[in-house]
Amino acid sequence: MSSDTLNLTLRVWRQAGPDKPGGFCDYQLDGVSTHMSFLEMLDVLNEKLIAAGDEPVAFDHDCREGICGMCSLMINGQAHGPDRGTTTCQLHMRRFASGETITIEPWRATPFPVVRDLVVNRSAFDRIIQSGGFVSVNTGNAPDGNSVPVPGNRQEVAMDAAACIGCGACVAACKNASAMLFVSAKVSQLSILPQGQPERSARVLGMVAQMDKEGFGSCTNTSECEAACPAEVSVSHIARLNREYMKALVFADR
Amino acid sequence: MFRVASDTLNSRVPAGPLEQKWDKHRFNLKLVNPANKRKYSVIVVGTGLAGGSAAASLGELGYSVKAFCFQDSPRRAHSIAAQGGINAAKNYPNDGDSIWRLFYDTIKGGDYRAREANVYRLAQVANNIIDQCVAQGVPFAREYGGTLANRSFGGAQLSRTFYCRGQTGQQLLLGAYQALMRQVSTGRVKMFARREMLELIVSNGAARGIVVRNLENGKLEVHTADAVVLCTGGYGNVYYLSTNAKGCNVTASWRCHRRGAYFANPCYTQIHPTCIPVSGDYQSKLTLMSESLRNDGRVWVPKNKGDHRAPGQIPDEERDYYLERRYPSFGNLAPRDISSRAAKERTDAGYGVGESGLAVFLDFRDAIARDGEDVVRKKYGNLFHMYEKITAENPYKVPMRIYPAVHYTMGGLWVDYNLMSNLPGLYVLGEANFSDHGANRLGASALMQGLSDGYFVIPYTIGDYLAGAKHGKLAEDAPECRAALQDAEARITKLLSVNGRRTVDSFHRELGLLMWDYCGMARTKSGLEATIPRIRALREEFWTNVRVPGESGTLNQSLEKAGRVADFMEFAELLAVDALHRNESCGGHFREEYQTEDGEAARDDENYSYVAAWEFQGAGNEPVLHREPLVFENVKPSTRSYK
Repeated sequence: MSSDTLNLTLRVWRQAGPDKPGGFCDYQLDGVSTHMSFLEMLDVLNEKLIAAGDEPVAFDHDCREGICGMCSLMINGQAHGPDRGTTTCQLHMRRFASGETITIEPWRATPFPVVRDLVVNRSAFDRIIQSGGFVSVNTGNAPDGNSVPVPGNRQEVAMDAAACIGCGACVAACKNASAMLFVSAKVSQLSILPQGQPERSARVLGMVAQMDKEGFGSCTNTSECEAACPAEVSVSHIARLNREYMKALVFADR
Repeated sequence: MFRVASDTLNSRVPAGPLEQKWDKHRFNLKLVNPANKRKYSVIVVGTGLAGGSAAASLGELGYSVKAFCFQDSPRRAHSIAAQGGINAAKNYPNDGDSIWRLFYDTIKGGDYRAREANVYRLAQVANNIIDQCVAQGVPFAREYGGTLANRSFGGAQLSRTFYCRGQTGQQLLLGAYQALMRQVSTGRVKMFARREMLELIVSNGAARGIVVRNLENGKLEVHTADAVVLCTGGYGNVYYLSTNAKGCNVTASWRCHRRGAYFANPCYTQIHPTCIPVSGDYQSKLTLMSESLRNDGRVWVPKNKGDHRAPGQIPDEERDYYLERRYPSFGNLAPRDISSRAAKERTDAGYGVGESGLAVFLDFRDAIARDGEDVVRKKYGNLFHMYEKITAENPYKVPMRIYPAVHYTMGGLWVDYNLMSNLPGLYVLGEANFSDHGANRLGASALMQGLSDGYFVIPYTIGDYLAGAKHGKLAEDAPECRAALQDAEARITKLLSVNGRRTVDSFHRELGLLMWDYCGMARTKSGLEATIPRIRALREEFWTNVRVPGESGTLNQSLEKAGRVADFMEFAELLAVDALHRNESCGGHFREEYQTEDGEAARDDENYSYVAAWEFQGAGNEPVLHREPLVFENVKPSTRSYK
């Protein structure tokens, strides 16, 4: 393997708090190994900032293996950076060129207020799940797992939707800050599986109402969300969400 | 180095035949009247599989629950990263599985250092977990006819592992998270995200509350309750590099330990054999490649030292499939501790591959030739994708390079059969306790244990305590609460005021390297003896030379890390003391002095068949050892053989 290194200019959004003004700061970072992950590159920047007596850049991250959904970042205007199906923590510096300026911003959406620097508050997603994104089955009530067969192909589609990591890239990538891909992933998963049937109508109505209440925008079918989604959730689930919503509006017992 | 207490810890395992213990015990547990449950409040710290399932289930029962996590949402706990699967003895494949066999495999896999009754209960409720998760809408893999699919996993010779592609932990956690969110919507659970537990509040000897820091605004909060349930995971990050999430830490457990809870078997750490090797000194974490890959991947190194040909150029007769050679009956599915040591043996002997020589191959050539690339992709697609992202190599074409890495910690706070620590009212669930995996955990059993504890054990056992607790409400400004709050405040002030020259991460890396080198895959008396003073010296330097920028009244990630590393500095010493005191090899604890002729772990059942539960006596002071003898009434401890 080559031991290539990069010299980079980082334009990073700095904001001291939710109600404080924010702005870009430029940092020069040299000798960045191409084998580093993007977040490891930010770790190196932060070590340098602390050594110089500055405050490090705050950013969200946890598992660093692409599954927890904690990391975010708009990188050169793209949610999670340039690679398809990839979270920021799985993005590697070999994707960039020496001499490049990389602009790093937080998710930009009114329902995701900035907490500090690159950290935003995504609790709106939790509240959407609270509004119906579950199956109401108390612990201890379950029949044998094999008592209700689920055809393998249907299970596969449900799993495709269930793969959503709840990171919010779909919202950040959307010009309307719509959360339709996130909502559709859960609605789709549970409307496909037999276990989700009893609450099918109430679920979609409840989740959509909460989504609107949180201030997410409407979907205009530009599919930026799908392109940005690190779990590669398909916009076909949005189509299913729309069908589910229409059916529920017309036929639901309310 | 330590003192030995004369007492014997009482595990409160009920009497009677193994198969009937749990049923009889449940009958004997006191109940809380349904109408009275809401009057009892329970704090649940951590929202992984154990905490999420516990908080949801306790909420369903009607208790007033407060749940806490340090992430921005309870859905992000590190259980989410578990890949391979969850065991249960459903015997759907008709291959001879039974609750007894799952129990036996788990006890044997743990190298006879786990409590029989707990492990049997785990095997019993495992089937209920699968049913519960299916009912929640967890999309487990299915056969074409719609029935649940199973695959095999390390340490077992049958297929009992349920899975959701390579994302089983994610789907199980989201199931628990959704159940938790449902309880939040009913108001029975109040959720507090971005809160880090900094102190346990003990009143009249019982756990009654916690002090947390709101990580968004830095404010300290006191929360009191009738009981505290700790579900805060393991301490693998004491090694700095591990497969744990960056935020995983020992602080919640250690703070309880400092308040009197015993810490059991800290030296039982699991080094997972299949992780992506370290690539540079900037490395921030290690990534696991699921054990499930060993179902189809074959592990090998070149037979000739210094064979730098491309792996595809090395013919079969010049490859050493060392797991198949040494363990013909289990082959590539030998348990983790054994597979890891076998990799270390080969690389130490100079047969390692890759730039550093600290790697072995995991090769899918034969599986792809046999089943086709599509079949392999369907089973492991996301793992192959992740591998390629990190290494820029295509594992469909060239073998993966893997090396062992710290993954799981079997040790944890001591608990009795009810999962209550020695502090009344403090329950410890999941990876944070010590009870079910002995000295080595088998694959696909962490998810099983977390959910067993949360869904099917704590809902019964906590009622027994609450029904008998007559302690009344504890005001949030009671003296013991104020004292704990002041302790937390003082510590933050101290961390911020050192203003030295080294960053928190630089200390953490140094500590981790020390632990990996002397307290990792292989340990020696001399190495451990030399390490303990070095840990102390590093801890002293930390408190005089760390630089924590910023202030306490805002989001301050350096301060968060500093508090966690400070606790790791104290905990590391206990881990080393425990490893030094245990003069035997068992499971993940391998003391080089104690091995068989062919390099396997040599247990000393006569002298060490006990749980080592340590009592805190002040940082740097000799801890006190309390012993819980392990009684085997149903299986006879024997030398583990996977040959």
